[in-house]
Amino acid sequence: MSLIRATGLRKTFGDFVAVDGIDVEVAAGESFGFLGPNGAGKTSTMRMIGATSPVSGGELTVFGMDPASHASQIKARLGVVPQTDALDEELRVRENLLVYGRYFGLTREQVRARTGPLLEFAQLTEKSDAVVESLSGGMKRRLTIARALINEPSLLLLDEPTTGLDPQARHVLWDRLFRLKRDGVTLVLTTHYMDEAEQLCDRLVVMDHGRIVAEGSPRSLIAQHASREVLELRFDVADHAERVEEVAGIAERVEVLADRLLLYVHDGDGALETVAARGVHPLSALVRRASLEDVFLRLTGRSLIE
Amino acid sequence: MSRAHEQGPTAPPGSAGEVASVGGSAVDDAGRAETPTGRVGGGWRAVLGYWLAVYKRIWRSTVISSFLAPLLYLAGMGYGLGALIDSGDRTAVPGVPYVAFVATGLVAAQAMMTASAETTYNVFGAIKWLRTYDAMLVTPLRVVDLVRGHLVYVLMRLTLVAGVFVLVSLVLRAMDGPLALAAVPVAVLGGLSFATPIYAFSATIQREEGFNVLQRFVIMPLFLFSGTFFPLAQLPMGLQVIGWISPLTHTVALTRALGLGPDSPLWLEPWRFAAHVAYLALWAGAGYLLAVRALRRRMVL
Repeated sequence: MSLIRATGLRKTFGDFVAVDGIDVEVAAGESFGFLGPNGAGKTSTMRMIGATSPVSGGELTVFGMDPASHASQIKARLGVVPQTDALDEELRVRENLLVYGRYFGLTREQVRARTGPLLEFAQLTEKSDAVVESLSGGMKRRLTIARALINEPSLLLLDEPTTGLDPQARHVLWDRLFRLKRDGVTLVLTTHYMDEAEQLCDRLVVMDHGRIVAEGSPRSLIAQHASREVLELRFDVADHAERVEEVAGIAERVEVLADRLLLYVHDGDGALETVAARGVHPLSALVRRASLEDVFLRLTGRSLIE
Repeated sequence: MSRAHEQGPTAPPGSAGEVASVGGSAVDDAGRAETPTGRVGGGWRAVLGYWLAVYKRIWRSTVISSFLAPLLYLAGMGYGLGALIDSGDRTAVPGVPYVAFVATGLVAAQAMMTASAETTYNVFGAIKWLRTYDAMLVTPLRVVDLVRGHLVYVLMRLTLVAGVFVLVSLVLRAMDGPLALAAVPVAVLGGLSFATPIYAFSATIQREEGFNVLQRFVIMPLFLFSGTFFPLAQLPMGLQVIGWISPLTHTVALTRALGLGPDSPLWLEPWRFAAHVAYLALWAGAGYLLAVRALRRRMVL
């Protein structure tokens, strides 16, 4: 059964087209990602799915319902983790869950029964009586997720779940999201981090300028739009385009970035030997596996994080 | 338990289903409370719950502005200034000691101040700074629930503030008689006649500087020129007109009549009572509709 089905979905703000006719289908139990740079239309799409932003055009159903007529019914079954936490900072951790649970019409007893396990899940048990203001960024984020789970949603929408967190806090969060996924919760998330998309998503779409430019699993997208390995070369020049000629013919494709050349090759080490054999000596060289960043670069000609 | 509950009505007696329904829960396991009309979620009561939870945290900081400040006004204006205005049995307003005149006006003015304080930065902050409203609107709550819950909270605050003021005035004999207690609901209505349009204003403005304008050009002048401290008739005609537009003037007329009692010269004929109440209800009602519209425009993009 598909939880989300969008056909030709559009969102416009006056003359500005934020989402320009996208087709998306997300099945129950899936972990689905919208990948793209800021301004690609990810958040607008999420807000339409979350039934908080009216659809400008096309068709959209969530849980088989139309957000225009059944917004509250859809929201009752959703968990939403917005980009900014919007916690009740002056209230205690426990009170945040209580107040929020009441929004769903839960009784105090129901919320209380759920609070313990949720705080444990969010690794905040010891902080349950702390005022939210005093929590770290990672803790606040986990509390936002715990709060979004208070109504035991079957679909969780996460908008940039780990933006602004330090690496360690990100890994803790990913681990929590993995657990949810394992428990059968459908995850839909937006991100502009490649590693996040590769970690969390079974399937994703790459968005740019409100359109979907590619779709598939992280692995299949890399296989389809990038080579197996990437050789990165840094030179001591102002413009790396000057050095493209020296490596011509070595790679299937060469991308010129501001500070380096990317050579898309099957065998990175082999390519590096060829480069050296030609008498080309870069400042530094790095062989790595191709990532979604390369896919994005290939599809749009731009980096994801600008 | 959810399955058991769903089959509750048809389940055999003594089954798990019956146990669940004996528990009286109208909420299924996924946390969806559905009323017979199919409405989902906690509604305005849940929003009220939020404001009360916040108030429980910060009430101490409101004590001075809510309770102490009006009493200081009463002491300074009523007794201090009153001693100059009244001499012996001769009072400026015949038959009404100045302290009673001020007390019966201040209760209304205080309601306006409280209403303004609760619907300016609180609303603007919930929209823009804290994003509380964003968080609420991803749940089943609707825009009208947000407005209603907030306004019911304001109503409770107004009742508390006006109630305390009237009780203190009765103790000080600045108000008289059991009818003075009826000044409380009237002051609350008067407060709401400000709360709803100010809410609409707060949901509309993009920058907080708008509140300075509101405070300087609306609240402060009305505080002074709505018959709180002196009869409107003392003013030149132009200012009197502003006074009569101001909901505060009409609230003051009502609280003064009730606070001073039927024997005072400022008592009102029944049709005047009705007219003042109707005027206040009009502001409160129109303001409510504007507030819902303004918040919807602001939040639903």
